[in-house]
Amino acid sequence: MIPVAFDYVRPSTVDEAVAALVAGGEDAKVMVGGQSLMPVLRLRLGAPSLIVDCSRIDEMIGIREEGDSIVIGAGTTHHAVMNNDLVKRYVTLLAQATATVADPQIRHRGTMGGSLAHADPAGDLPAVAAALDATFTIAGPGGRRTVGASDFFVDYFTTAVGDDEVLASVSFPKREGWGSHYEKFNRTAQAWAIVGVAAAVRMEGGRIAEARIGLTNVGTTPIRARSVEAALVGAADAAAIAAASESAADGTAPTTDIHADAEYRNHLTRVLTKRAVQKASGL
Amino acid sequence: MTAVQEVPISAGGNPIGFGSMKRVEDQRFVRGQGNYVDDVNLPGMLHSAILRSPWAHARIKSIDTSAAEALPGVIAVLTGKALEGIPRPSLLGDNFAWMPTLSYDTQAVLATDKVRFQGQEVAFVIAESRYIAKDAVELIDVDYEPLEPVMDAKRAMDPGAPVIRDDKGQTDNSITDVHGHKTWESGNAISTAEAIARAEADPNCVVVTQEVMYPRVHPAPMETCGSVAHMDKVTGQLTLYTTSQAPHAHRTVYAMVAGLPEQKIRVISPDIGGGFGNKVGVYPGYVLSILGTIVTGKPVKWIEDRGENLMSTSFARDYHMTGKIAATKDGKILAVDVDVLADHGAFNGVAQPTNYPAGFFHIFSGSYDYPDAHCKVTPVYTNKAPGGVAYACSFRITEAVYVIERLVDCLAAELGMDPAELRLKNLLKPEQFPYTSPTGWVYDSGQYEKTMRVAMEIAGYDELRREQAEKRARGEYMGIGISFFTEGVGAGPRKDMDILGLGMADGIELRVHPTGKAVLRLSVMSQGQGHETTYAQIVAHELGIPPEDIDVVNGDTDQTPFGLGTYGSRSMPVSGAAAAIVSRKVKERARIVAAAALECSPDDLEWELGRWSVKGDKERGKTIQEIALLSHSSLELPEGVEGHLDATAVYNPPNLTYPYGAYICVVDVDPGTGVVKVRRFIAVDDCGTRVNPMLVDGQVHGGIADGIGMALMELIAFDTDGNNLGGSFMDYLLPTSMECPSFELGETVTPSPHHPIGAKGVGESATVGSPAAVVNAVMDALAPFGVRHADMPLTPSNVWRAIQGNPIRVDMAIE
Repeated sequence: MIPVAFDYVRPSTVDEAVAALVAGGEDAKVMVGGQSLMPVLRLRLGAPSLIVDCSRIDEMIGIREEGDSIVIGAGTTHHAVMNNDLVKRYVTLLAQATATVADPQIRHRGTMGGSLAHADPAGDLPAVAAALDATFTIAGPGGRRTVGASDFFVDYFTTAVGDDEVLASVSFPKREGWGSHYEKFNRTAQAWAIVGVAAAVRMEGGRIAEARIGLTNVGTTPIRARSVEAALVGAADAAAIAAASESAADGTAPTTDIHADAEYRNHLTRVLTKRAVQKASGL
Repeated sequence: MTAVQEVPISAGGNPIGFGSMKRVEDQRFVRGQGNYVDDVNLPGMLHSAILRSPWAHARIKSIDTSAAEALPGVIAVLTGKALEGIPRPSLLGDNFAWMPTLSYDTQAVLATDKVRFQGQEVAFVIAESRYIAKDAVELIDVDYEPLEPVMDAKRAMDPGAPVIRDDKGQTDNSITDVHGHKTWESGNAISTAEAIARAEADPNCVVVTQEVMYPRVHPAPMETCGSVAHMDKVTGQLTLYTTSQAPHAHRTVYAMVAGLPEQKIRVISPDIGGGFGNKVGVYPGYVLSILGTIVTGKPVKWIEDRGENLMSTSFARDYHMTGKIAATKDGKILAVDVDVLADHGAFNGVAQPTNYPAGFFHIFSGSYDYPDAHCKVTPVYTNKAPGGVAYACSFRITEAVYVIERLVDCLAAELGMDPAELRLKNLLKPEQFPYTSPTGWVYDSGQYEKTMRVAMEIAGYDELRREQAEKRARGEYMGIGISFFTEGVGAGPRKDMDILGLGMADGIELRVHPTGKAVLRLSVMSQGQGHETTYAQIVAHELGIPPEDIDVVNGDTDQTPFGLGTYGSRSMPVSGAAAAIVSRKVKERARIVAAAALECSPDDLEWELGRWSVKGDKERGKTIQEIALLSHSSLELPEGVEGHLDATAVYNPPNLTYPYGAYICVVDVDPGTGVVKVRRFIAVDDCGTRVNPMLVDGQVHGGIADGIGMALMELIAFDTDGNNLGGSFMDYLLPTSMECPSFELGETVTPSPHHPIGAKGVGESATVGSPAAVVNAVMDALAPFGVRHADMPLTPSNVWRAIQGNPIRVDMAIE
């Protein structure tokens, strides 16, 4: 890796990190696991003047139960998230999706918060955060604020986190007993998602009573497939799920690239939504 | 001629001869102790970086290097204009801005007038560190006037198409070879056309026409290209550490390019992290590092990054092929005609024997018995990276096997005949060997039907067809694909094979030390094949010296005899033969020494592995180790015998060798997403004698993975503006173990009759043979949708489109 020269600090508290970002100005960049930033530096697509390494901030690492929520420190590694008993029990979809991120080496370095704050449309976790209505705690010079998933993801690689702010933690409402599945479509085992569908359903008497669907990589931000969610209520068999999934691509704006064109991505969105919901519901 | 046999085991636990043993190289590779070009660090060494063109086709109006030169730590910035000012005392051009290619074309070292592909070399920065060099590259200001690029080979010869090689005074984008030909043909055009016309008129015959594209792919070796050049100003000695599959050929080329005396050039290829043909050509970066050391007087290192490797170095394939196959309705093939449009990129830098400008594509008639075949290849320039042939293709036999094996399957579909049955009906028979093909190749040996039947047996072919029928009835799409390939490798006979005038024979040298240990010096160059292991095994087989007592040296032109290097599966057929022959020379010298020591006539001695003994009196004998010491001792030798056992040899192969194989691939296609899962892959290779069966299996494993990659995911595509869309591993996908099944291998052994140990070479067999098997399997799976053909790579998107009846053109981008 031959990046442009940069300064480096490694704060040990969130407040120190914020102070470093304020001092560093708009060209300062937060790094935790480095799994998104390093490729950017390697390809010289970015040239931060200062890297604020938040990988050793204790308060940003770890998973705890807080009332009706599971709160995950932004610097917690994918590996820790997907293997945590609280996450597996109450935020199953997150554990499932995290297990599809890249490969074990990357999951041991990369972090949940880093992935969410990087906001790559092809990243797996934003769709999960959107589907589950996660709440983001952002620390900045003015203190801490919380932002809902629908406001957190702003655009391609852009979130509500300001230049002088750090994503400190993410809170997921507990949803015990929901069925869930993350259907990731990629071309090789470690590749980014071409399309991904995060699905969680609450079943009542063999029917879907409530559904939450988040879509990966079919727009500049993760997209909630709300019309599918509504159509799924009451579904009791595969045919009903298939019918509900027909509208999955409505309102999406997928790109065309060497891997897939928009028409094919729309097709995949419908097919994968159906499969994800079938697996989540067991129908 | 030798087949597999039981051999004794040495004290070190290795077979004294042929048999599986682990690579001695692994000791350093698995410990991270390999020594690659980027590991070479010389005192005072400078670093470098190349500014590359963002445009596929543009005129250079001006280049301002002042800001780059002003950056602290920058030593020099070279541009094409600067190179034009350096006179070159050579026959091949008068300045350093241009260099010859391996196909007698010219290629810009640094662009002067125009850039002709995205990623072309425009300026070269030499600096104290690679970081500074990269920073300086970003400070160079080039004023380009963009020109319309030629990205579609099919439109390269359109009237009014932009002319790429105006530097040569061309008025169109045709390519003329060294013989003055603009098209390359072989076989009999007239008899083939007549045979096809007869078939078309005959109600008992069919003619199937199919257009197939073998798209542009890249070898993508794990180690990118690079070099460290050091000119010693006092001695005038140039030492070049470089990623070269052919160090000796490169030395000669540098002597011709740079006008340096050849004895003052030492090319060292240390460990090479994969080549696959990517490291056969001479790249501008190598030449620039040499010019850099000449200009600065200090060692200069140049190392490519991944994107540079994918975008600028030697690609492979890019063949648009239209094939016609004629047959009787009961499945007897009558004739094949193939017309090829070959996309060579902006400079004709293809590496192949001079008399074979389309490589060995002309072997496309395949493994079948029919009288009439003809092909015509028309090459064109496009605004794409130059090079070609690379990627384990046996000089374009990959393309040849692909077109004939696709045609045979299309014929089977047309006839409603099982593709295995159709092949069995047409395969050459053992008694037909040596067989002269309709395009003039002389296949050395083969038992094709036997090999095919072994593959079908391993696959459980009939059971697979039953399973497929059941699944089709349930709406599941399973496919079974067969590929039967024959390669001609081991280039080649000097009488008609050379590269830039250098005949393709290989030198070798074997020294036996007084203690009976030996050093074998090879001209060929391992890129991971395991030469240090297998060549020691050949000497062990011939002389009985344990392999652990034999060191194999390769990759240093000062330490090894001349030869043309490792590519085209030529090492075992050419240098493998040389190793056997030089060992036999040593054995004969040993016989004379043994006879003197035993006070008998050499004719009275007989050889058993590792020992000469008196006929009829086995007790009286000398081991090769004893003889080695005697050869250096005061023992009186017959007049004219000089002592020592050392010998040299040069091997000029009498013919190519013809390895072949039968491959069967089983896939499952998800019609919802278009995903192809390769469920099984059965490969039965016949590469003649197997020196080290474990390494043969390794070669086949790697080659099948290559083939799955090319068939399903690998692609260097461009958009209409000329942007390379395969410039990173996020876009240029390579298969991992997750995309490959556990391979099922089998073998038959039909030794080459003209090779001293009967070996045929296997380095590229699986890369050559496997893509057609995978594609045939996918087309077989899609048959219920009425799909007969779709081009590689069969990406999920492309398969889905094929199912919709709308397959895409894979070479041209998405507009």
